[in-house]
Amino acid sequence: MTLSPEAEAPANEVVLEAIGLTKHFPVRRKLRDLFNRTHDAVHAVDDVHLTLRRGRVTALVGESGSGKSTVARLLAQLYPRTAGDIKLHGESTRVKGGRQFRQYAARVQMIFQDPFASLNPVHTIRYHLTRSLKIHGNAGSSAAELEAALSNLLTRVSLTPPERYLDKFPHELSGGQRQRVAIARALGADPEALLADEPVSMLDVSIRLGVLNLLRDLKERLNLAILYITHDIASARYFADDTMVMYAGRMVEGGDSESVTQSPAHPYTRLLIDSAPDPDRIAAMLADAEDRGNGEPPSLINPPGGCRFHPRCPMAMPRCTTDLPVRLEIGDQPGHWAACWLYDEATVAAQPPGSAATGQSPEAVTVAADAHPEEVR
Amino acid sequence: MNEPVLEIKNLNVDYGLGDQAVHAVRDVNLTLHRGEVLGLAGESGSGKSTLAYGLTRLLAPPGVVSGGEVIYHPEQGEPYDVLGLTDRQLQAFRWAETAIVFQGAMNSLNPVHKISTQLTDVLAAHEPQMSSHSRNARAREMLKLVGISADRMDAYPHQLSGGMRQRVMIGMALILQPQVVIMDEPTTALDVVMQRQILGQLIELRERLGFSVIFITHDLSLLVEFSNRIAIMYGGRIVEEAQAATLYKDSLHPYSNGLLSSFPALRGPRRELAGIPGSPPDLKGMPSGCSFHPRCPKAFDPCADNIPVLGRPDTPDGATRTVACWLHPVQQTVG
Repeated sequence: MTLSPEAEAPANEVVLEAIGLTKHFPVRRKLRDLFNRTHDAVHAVDDVHLTLRRGRVTALVGESGSGKSTVARLLAQLYPRTAGDIKLHGESTRVKGGRQFRQYAARVQMIFQDPFASLNPVHTIRYHLTRSLKIHGNAGSSAAELEAALSNLLTRVSLTPPERYLDKFPHELSGGQRQRVAIARALGADPEALLADEPVSMLDVSIRLGVLNLLRDLKERLNLAILYITHDIASARYFADDTMVMYAGRMVEGGDSESVTQSPAHPYTRLLIDSAPDPDRIAAMLADAEDRGNGEPPSLINPPGGCRFHPRCPMAMPRCTTDLPVRLEIGDQPGHWAACWLYDEATVAAQPPGSAATGQSPEAVTVAADAHPEEVR
Repeated sequence: MNEPVLEIKNLNVDYGLGDQAVHAVRDVNLTLHRGEVLGLAGESGSGKSTLAYGLTRLLAPPGVVSGGEVIYHPEQGEPYDVLGLTDRQLQAFRWAETAIVFQGAMNSLNPVHKISTQLTDVLAAHEPQMSSHSRNARAREMLKLVGISADRMDAYPHQLSGGMRQRVMIGMALILQPQVVIMDEPTTALDVVMQRQILGQLIELRERLGFSVIFITHDLSLLVEFSNRIAIMYGGRIVEEAQAATLYKDSLHPYSNGLLSSFPALRGPRRELAGIPGSPPDLKGMPSGCSFHPRCPKAFDPCADNIPVLGRPDTPDGATRTVACWLHPVQQTVG
């Protein structure tokens, strides 16, 4: 049994870091494009900065198509990246496959959304877990050690007694139990970081919290760094220490979960939070969340210039249509930032918020030349 | 508001026949009032979709309605039992009186036909005397009502986004101005921003057109906000039914409690939540007595052996709600 029983690494140590991570998927060229030189691409992820620390859960919140799953797959090295860097313990890594990939996977494991699809229906739970243990060298040297490691894994994910589950097939388990098996399989590699891509969205409501609480418990006991990808910002508040919000392939806001959800700074985060179902609000008093764009995100093949949210933003200023916003410190809590020109005083002074939202041409107002926002990374 | 439009009495739905039958819906009593949004919540396998298909007679074999009545009160004329209609009567009843927006409605549009064809098809089937010109005008008007510009009439479903397809489906459900619209998880596949817009629009349309809605979902927090009354299903039975605000503030059944505390709050203090232990029941091996008792934190003696009946509890507001739980002795049964 070589699984680390308790955490030995210091807490808050940076495990995985993404710097300017970018992924463009090429679009298949049509015949008529044969003679021009433009190569269209889907700008799935652009310039994403992300830090996963030991013992912390970082949530990545966004709508479908915002690129959040692509980020997870890039971090798991399932896709090669277009630009940027992924650092594991400060060392730049780029793996293509083979032994290198296995070494990487032993430290960074992924949990997928659909436990009905991520387990092989013709193999038992024992097979799935044994494979994970053997591949990553945690199976021990004898049959007894393997058996102990297997039951240890199942106990960790609260599938007890282990003997009852080991020889079952995936279809004999409920959705929540299957997701626990998928988590156990990830733990079989004894990883430092877990990338959980919507781990509970396919599960029944009443058992979602059980799985989230299990992940939190594991994080504390094994000192794991967890990336929690979700579209449900309320569960990010519940489960994650830090929350990042993504829109159309870019990070728009980040900070500790409490300040991002309680005092959202970016207009998109506000829209997202106003749209979430809230039992304390009564339908009649419903203040319509402001959205000028029919609720639809932009095309990622030709994303809008400047801030990608500006076509829908009720606060859009002329500068938003031309200049890409940088990360600006909000100032209410340390580490709370938003990529929005609203937090750049010089821009707001020169151009009243909402001035570009009424259809004014961007040329009508000159961009404040002396704007030197303090850039944070 | 108090006039009933649809009364479900002792409805039972089975899958399969004889000893092999699985009882998916058991002894359901429910009344939908005119102009009301009735929320039907429950986990997967609780029988909420089966109930909707059973009462509209859309169940595909091996599903069978094995007992009960569904009394429909038309705007004019005598009430009648939907389960007793002949095929021809049923054809006239469907869509004109009750319409359904299906789960994953985005995929229930025919990909090889234009939106306009699919919308006017409904009119051609139900109002054959209508001219094609007025059919088109009606379809265009309907699209405008759900917030799609009329120039998308000639689009194919793949040219529309998920939210727009969902709007088309809602428009199609409303095109004959039915009295009852059943929505089976209409927004589960959509993003929250889109979900709010579509539901807001639906509430607006309901105020304007005055239809009643049965809204089926697993998202209880959504129901509390959008519906007037909520019925909670577990293991094929209704376990509690009350006004939305009442249910949210003081639910009586432990399952409703558990379900309500399964949703982390976005506002207010951050609390430790537990969800419900165990897993949802298997319809093939339903526990004896109250089907929730193996997962129930408050289970006691009678729960394992006796099935609790749905009835009015002895609380001060007992006249307006029903619950099926041994913790709350029933004053008067329903049905």
